[in-house]
Amino acid sequence: MTSSDVINYTLPNGLQVLLKPIHTAPVVSNWIWYRVGGRNEQPGKTGISHWVEHMMFKGTPTFPKGRIMLEVNRNGGVLNGFTSQDYTAYFEILPADRLELALRIESDRMANSVIDANEVTSERTVIISEREGNENNPEWALHEEVMATAFRVHPYGHMVIGWKDDLHNITRDDLHQHYKMYYGPHNAVLVIAGDIDVDATQTRIEELFGPIPAGPPPPHFNIKEPAQQSERRVVVRNPAATAYFHAAYHGCAGADEDMFPLLVLESVLSGSNIGGGTPTHRSARLYKALVETEIAAYAGAHFHAGIDPSPIHFIGTVRSGRTLAEFEAALKAEIARLVDEPVSEAELAKVRKQTRAQFAYTIERVSSQAQWLGFLEMMGDWRLFDTFTDRLAAVTAQDVQRVAQKYLQPTNRTVGWFEPQAQE
Amino acid sequence: MNLQFSKHTLSNGLNVIVKENHHAQSVVVRGYLHGGANWDTADTAGTAAFATGVMRRGTKNRTFTEINETVESVAATVYVNAGRHMVGFGGKSLAEDFSLLVELMTDNLLCPTFPEQEIEKLRGQIITDLQELDDDPRGLARRHFRELLYGPNHPYGRPVDGTLATMPGLNRQHLLDFYRRLHPRDGAIVVVGDVQADAVCDTLEAALGGWQPAHTPVNSDLPPLQPLTTAVRKNHPMPSKSQTDLVLGSLGPVRTAPDFYAAYVGDTILGQLGLGGRIGQSVRDEHGLAYYARSSLQGGLGPGPWLVYAGVNPGVVEQAVDLILAEITRFRQAPVTAEELADAKAYLTGILPLQMETNEGVAWILLESHIYQLGDDYIARYPDLINNVTAEAVLAAAQKYLNDEIFALAVAGPNNQSERSQ
Repeated sequence: MTSSDVINYTLPNGLQVLLKPIHTAPVVSNWIWYRVGGRNEQPGKTGISHWVEHMMFKGTPTFPKGRIMLEVNRNGGVLNGFTSQDYTAYFEILPADRLELALRIESDRMANSVIDANEVTSERTVIISEREGNENNPEWALHEEVMATAFRVHPYGHMVIGWKDDLHNITRDDLHQHYKMYYGPHNAVLVIAGDIDVDATQTRIEELFGPIPAGPPPPHFNIKEPAQQSERRVVVRNPAATAYFHAAYHGCAGADEDMFPLLVLESVLSGSNIGGGTPTHRSARLYKALVETEIAAYAGAHFHAGIDPSPIHFIGTVRSGRTLAEFEAALKAEIARLVDEPVSEAELAKVRKQTRAQFAYTIERVSSQAQWLGFLEMMGDWRLFDTFTDRLAAVTAQDVQRVAQKYLQPTNRTVGWFEPQAQE
Repeated sequence: MNLQFSKHTLSNGLNVIVKENHHAQSVVVRGYLHGGANWDTADTAGTAAFATGVMRRGTKNRTFTEINETVESVAATVYVNAGRHMVGFGGKSLAEDFSLLVELMTDNLLCPTFPEQEIEKLRGQIITDLQELDDDPRGLARRHFRELLYGPNHPYGRPVDGTLATMPGLNRQHLLDFYRRLHPRDGAIVVVGDVQADAVCDTLEAALGGWQPAHTPVNSDLPPLQPLTTAVRKNHPMPSKSQTDLVLGSLGPVRTAPDFYAAYVGDTILGQLGLGGRIGQSVRDEHGLAYYARSSLQGGLGPGPWLVYAGVNPGVVEQAVDLILAEITRFRQAPVTAEELADAKAYLTGILPLQMETNEGVAWILLESHIYQLGDDYIARYPDLINNVTAEAVLAAAQKYLNDEIFALAVAGPNNQSERSQ
């Protein structure tokens, strides 16, 4: 796939459109991306972006409550939505001749979601239930504490689902205002990949999305997390049987030139991780140093660059009979190795092959191609799709060592321990 | 829709099914052999999963580290695992690495050495996983549900992955004994991707055709089930948790039952369509009690469960149970509406192209078709199998398999009431 295969244009109302015709299967995937997520939330309103996403399934005058999902299902399709720190996305995957339905739904709910007060009341308990389900997981609870400790100013410090008190307090008017502020053609990207007739698709996009007026520009975002000056530590103690570790080092933003060296660093530590269903962590450094040595049942590094500087995560499950201190000491030794020594050419060659293969696996689905294009556009430029594997392949051992020395400093980290307590 | 594929039988009786797909760069292999956790006893629960896990952790030709390095250097995956009736094996790679994929897969199947050191490493990881499960309301609710539904003396009532009681007692001999019962006859291997069918068959014959164990394949018939005669309930108090998980259900049809498709269409209406069918509509959408509330039909070679599951606030568990039972009552009392039936059929038939978009999806359908002997024209017949289901047939399946008075209910989470029977 190259950029020449993608049709990119913008409607007068500001809606950016990316079309990628693919005729290998009679399937089409329609995505709409809004530039709003946890990042855009104020204290006291955390979780509001995710809640608006829920309300987008509650209906419009044209598609009353329950009809959106049902209409897609009865046309042989699936749909969903998700909210991240940086964006909110909705998608439908349908038999190719049913694209019209997806376009009608997304153009309609871009402007006409009802956000009914009774539905807000009903959904409040659903969302609190979703949060309580997360709270049942000790790793999630530790993650939340680590993020809240690592970020003192920037909204990345709260989980996308929001703090529970905020979920009790957010009102219908808050939700409606958030919806009107961020949902509109001027703040959205429509991505369609699959078995489409380009001319006919463009015509319907113009007819359905063209009349939607552009709203006022969303509030300017200018929050920067101050540089961390010293190590921070947090300990969570709850009844459980297993100890968990989670450290977060402040990293770079998705558009930063350091992103690719950090992605290679992540791969050297715990395998390439760009999708495709083939785990590659067991030949990587952390597995050898922590799992093979029987300190941990799991150990991994994860870097998902967002719009703003994002953390490099190190997480692990401590093996029964071993300790968090042992885990942390072994992890620190591996980090010191990255800082002190260049990675080997063999490791770099492996990462290149893993990346090339996983990219090939991932784009076998038209929906994955659309998702990649939309995600990259949210981060800065969808054209990165063309050069992604080449940019990774160009990373040198010196690049990896440089970013290790730059970011993996003790003063730049927040260390979280989950210490299991005996059940009550 | 139809699907052209080729079939072949290796000289040892292993069936080979190949579907060429030259749109993709990858190749996917999915295989199975008879044998699995149903061979375990109450005292040796977890043996099949443990044994298959160790099969990948050292062979006559490679150590575990060397296997990982070889596989992951080309971003492939190679697996061996255990279900209840079957041992699964296979992998995925770029088509250019297919020969290596077969070589590694064959090595795991034919040449495992069961190194003591790897046995102990994996045992520790499994025990840690089981300890995590003991802290997971959703996992516990599902485990208790199976114990209630099938009873502790039936293989279906036991966890495939073993228990904290059985895992310490399993030794290398247990694993070897399991492995030595495996036989390729009547197993199958499906290959889908950017490959040539003739070359695939030649490669697999050369690699696996000589695997001809002297023993007779083991009969794996299930012992008879003792169906429930009353409602049974298990509460697992977990005071430190935030949410309560519940699983409620009964025995469903086997995959090959004549009324399987009626139950399948019915399940789509009961707990799948939209936000979870009628169950989701009631529990989540109308009453706001849960983030997830759905049903699931798990027909397999034996009678899998037909169940409803939900995660709810601890204060509304009984209300959620009552709503679920009310929906089951309604589902058993009156036929589904013509609109519901049409929606379910449109969904189940319309979604087929989506399921077959990837090599994995095609491989699964071909494997399913082979395991349950659905016929080479299964995909072509599938729309009729679904569209021929009537509202009366759905009602009959609901009345036969679901019951609002006789069921198993497992609840795990905070603030549960004391254990009681209903």
